[in-house]
Amino acid sequence: MAERTYLEAIRQGLAEEMARDERVYAIGEDIGAYGGAFKVTEGLLDRFGAERVIDTPISETAIIGAAIGSAYVGMRPVAELQFIDFVACCFNILTNFAAKSRYRWGAGVPMVVRGPCGGGVSGGPFHSANPEAHFLHTPGLKIVEPSTAYDAKGLIKAAVRDDDPVLFLEHKFLYRRVKDEVPDADYVVPIGQAVVRRPGDDVTVVTFGAMTYTALEAAEQLAQRDVEVEVIDLRTLSPLDHETVLKSLAKTNKIVVLHEAQRTGGIGAEIAAAITERGFEHLDAPPVRLASLDTPVPYNPALEAAFRPGVEQIVAAVGQLVEY
Amino acid sequence: MPTSTATRPSEDLTRDDRLELYYFARLTRDIEERLAVLYRQNKVVGGLYRSLGQEGESVASAYALAEDDAVAALIRNLGSLIVQGIRPRAVFSQYMAKGTSPTRGRDLNLHFSHIPDDGGPIVVGPISMLGDLVPVMAGVGLGARMQGRSLVGMTYIGDGGTSTGAFHEGMNFAAVQKLPLVVIAEDNKYAYSTPVSQQMALARIDQRADAYGIPHEMVDGNDMLAVYDAARRAVVRARQGDGPSLVGVDTMRMRGHAEHDDMRYMSKPLLDAWKARDPIARYRDHLIETEIATETDLADIDAMSLAYAEAEAELAEAEPAPDPDTAAGGVFAGEHFQPTVDIVHSPFRKKRGAPRHAPAAEARS
Repeated sequence: MAERTYLEAIRQGLAEEMARDERVYAIGEDIGAYGGAFKVTEGLLDRFGAERVIDTPISETAIIGAAIGSAYVGMRPVAELQFIDFVACCFNILTNFAAKSRYRWGAGVPMVVRGPCGGGVSGGPFHSANPEAHFLHTPGLKIVEPSTAYDAKGLIKAAVRDDDPVLFLEHKFLYRRVKDEVPDADYVVPIGQAVVRRPGDDVTVVTFGAMTYTALEAAEQLAQRDVEVEVIDLRTLSPLDHETVLKSLAKTNKIVVLHEAQRTGGIGAEIAAAITERGFEHLDAPPVRLASLDTPVPYNPALEAAFRPGVEQIVAAVGQLVEY
Repeated sequence: MPTSTATRPSEDLTRDDRLELYYFARLTRDIEERLAVLYRQNKVVGGLYRSLGQEGESVASAYALAEDDAVAALIRNLGSLIVQGIRPRAVFSQYMAKGTSPTRGRDLNLHFSHIPDDGGPIVVGPISMLGDLVPVMAGVGLGARMQGRSLVGMTYIGDGGTSTGAFHEGMNFAAVQKLPLVVIAEDNKYAYSTPVSQQMALARIDQRADAYGIPHEMVDGNDMLAVYDAARRAVVRARQGDGPSLVGVDTMRMRGHAEHDDMRYMSKPLLDAWKARDPIARYRDHLIETEIATETDLADIDAMSLAYAEAEAELAEAEPAPDPDTAAGGVFAGEHFQPTVDIVHSPFRKKRGAPRHAPAAEARS
């Protein structure tokens, strides 16, 4: 077992799947000789050749369309969007063609659409998106977002092997900052399973992606005040693992839903609604949503810090719930 | 694995091939005429989109494909599906939203697919957002090429659809990758109510292809053999690895966008002029003038086609509506939904017992 970064883990998972299954190939902008804008696909061109590591024009709709068509005839494409913000450019073909295909015709589209999401790096309004809510509302798409290197490898492999389209969100803040034990062995992390990152009895914080670390930092501070926070990392955003959340709520009776995307209509609203519908009798206080401001993501670091929820807000929200 | 076959140029088509072409065009029209009756009887659940006046180009272009090539039709390309063997009953059943239709009542008209794992024709259905089939069919060609298959993909786009971004992205990608794709671009004079002059500043629709550096030509879309030959040239290039081509067809949509459309925006003289150029009547005259068939031969085909269309409509009418409980599920794998589409061979194919394609060695001069 070796320590690997989140980025290396994705690359290793991809390379293993390409070596295991010749139907798997990569397609996207600047993923070949350049190795991708973040270097996730570095080395794949040398190893697998230009037939299986395809550089495309700046055409997100063509990338996804080509992936869909090739999937119909038996391939397993892994499409990279240089920044996940650009998923807006192929929203139609992804949501209307890929996602509806199985329901309409029974024709599955085994395709992974991966790309860097998230802020904290001064990416500004077009390089910082967390677009999960648009796709949570799209039947036919699965969405995953790992927070650890171990999960990144296990989930990318699960996504490649999945028979339906999977949107694989890679939090760019974590690419090189997160490093953990990643087995060289072949393993998958099943899609649809959340995990408890830190057990606690007082308040549950449900989150995912980079916010997992923000929540863990807040939990650490709160532990010094004898408040034990249970941190749940969703890992899969669609389909949601409500059972793990409800089980935790049954223990803590108080819950914070934390995410980095904008608040209104965000995934937190769906989780809070599900908790209220299915776990009302366990609630000792209203569910709390912590999310970003309802604005585009601002560029300046001080503005972006003000835009996103941070440790301080989590500590304050949990403190209020404890007092409730 | 598809066998590598190439179709014959039109002058080398056999008599049965020529009659089969006529039969397919006639059958396409008969199916739509029958659908129009069902529409007026309120048995068609949604809209009805006719290809009246342009059946010839859909039929003749698809006739240039091998039997296990891939075709992606738009709503006015019924003829291409009939050529590739889609059973008419499936089309009636789709329009009437039957529970045993290819989409089990989940989607409408020609919005269905047939993607066999084990050979046979591949049909990729459209979505209503025009242009998307171009990148998707580029992907079919890309995937097939990676698998070492000699498959060619053909799809259609109207004058309106060529204005979309998806069309541009798909054409450009196919060109850069030299993918085995044939795009039939139909200038049928109106996109819903918008005339071509408000759709593009180009004189001819095939000039769109200049932007992609690929071969293109414009043909009389109501001359079935001309369309067949142009499509065949494009298919041969695609199969040889020479990349995509665009064939522009000059034709006319003789009905409104759909049956509800009162066509108030359409030019009467234009309609009259094109009525005289009806593709099926012209081809019929050609068969008689060249003494390939007699009036009696063709009347027999007409009767056979009409009887078949009506029998298929009747079978579809008797199909059950979907069980409302089936609205749920089938969004993801494992939620059992396995639609099937019957593939049929025309009586001409059965008669001669051989496909319309010459073996590769024979056809490549």
